[in-house]
Amino acid sequence: MTGKAGAPQAEAPREPAIVTDLRTRFPDSIEGLSNFRGQLTIRVRNEAIGAVCRYLRDAADWRFDMLADLCGVDMLRLRAAPRFDVIYHLYSVAHNRRLRLKAAVDEWGSIESVTPIWPGANWQEREAYDMFGIVFDGHPDLRRILLPDDWHEYPLRKDIVQEGDRLEADRWLSRQGIPVRLTE
Amino acid sequence: MLDNRFEKNILTTTVDSLFNWARRSSLWPMTFGLACCAIEMISGAQSRWDFAERFGMLYRASPRQSDLMIVAGTVTYKMAPLVYQLYEQMPDPKWVISMGACANFGGPFDTYATLQGVDRVIPVDVYVSGCPPTPEGLISGILELQNRVIKYDTIAKQQGPIAAQNLRLQERREAGLKQVVSIRQAGPAAHTMLVKDPTGERYVSTLRGGAERPRLGSGEE
Repeated sequence: MTGKAGAPQAEAPREPAIVTDLRTRFPDSIEGLSNFRGQLTIRVRNEAIGAVCRYLRDAADWRFDMLADLCGVDMLRLRAAPRFDVIYHLYSVAHNRRLRLKAAVDEWGSIESVTPIWPGANWQEREAYDMFGIVFDGHPDLRRILLPDDWHEYPLRKDIVQEGDRLEADRWLSRQGIPVRLTE
Repeated sequence: MLDNRFEKNILTTTVDSLFNWARRSSLWPMTFGLACCAIEMISGAQSRWDFAERFGMLYRASPRQSDLMIVAGTVTYKMAPLVYQLYEQMPDPKWVISMGACANFGGPFDTYATLQGVDRVIPVDVYVSGCPPTPEGLISGILELQNRVIKYDTIAKQQGPIAAQNLRLQERREAGLKQVVSIRQAGPAAHTMLVKDPTGERYVSTLRGGAERPRLGSGEE
């Protein structure tokens, strides 16, 4: 998170070339970066994630042709807003290089889907949607992937207790026509 | 008249005894495993413990040919309707062994997704403890169930099949099971938690405390 820290002269030489390139091509889209044990993390503006990802995949210098992982994080109580982060782990087979992108999503906002860019993101984004309720615009098939379609909560949100709402879960069973003993 | 009743009684008890013995000695479990307990169940059926052959048990691949359901593993909420449906497909008389901590009471999974005990949806005859139980533990449970099968049939023999049926219903009631009206939703399942509000003009989230929000793709963004 040293993006707008002072002393740009001292920082500029140490900035990785990929960040400089992204700053040039997508001005105002790079919100910050951090380097932890050689793992570069770039925080990208929510609206720019699609363009940045497409560029990183296609540019001959980078060729991040593989989305190794995509997941959501609930930042509740870690910062005021926005609520969620979506984290992208990219890998370039050609250059044997890894990169982590982060983008923030509002609680009731959305973010552009990267499934058109990496088809492997399909189920990953469905899982983030299933567990956190993060909506991915332009996803071809944004349904819940693990829980039933009409489930009543996003269970990995930090304001959901571990055991969830048992009464609602039992009501879900009742809706399936199961005679169930309701939780007291 | 006395002769008639005597003869009838003897005949009835004999048939019941025969059925009683046959049921106890040939419990056919359904091939059905949900988690690691199933591995112990399978290994118990293999040559080292071999309870399948020794106790006349034969794993059937269809609930309609089975009279014993061994619930071996974690029952999630999503799986519970299927467990219930399989149980309903089994012909009477039928018995259920709940194998392992998960099926008994949820086990270590005190989570949003796990049913806290399979006895919430189907009546259980024998609970086998362990995580997972050893094959010996499961065998112990099966022997316990055989004793129970005899007990169940003895009541049928003494008081007649209707009394036995009533007893079974009573057991179900004691297990806290009651019939509820099926409230199946019409049409395909609602897309997550966004439903139309009573006026039908907009979509609202059913998540408690959630703000309102238009549904994607509805053209109302």
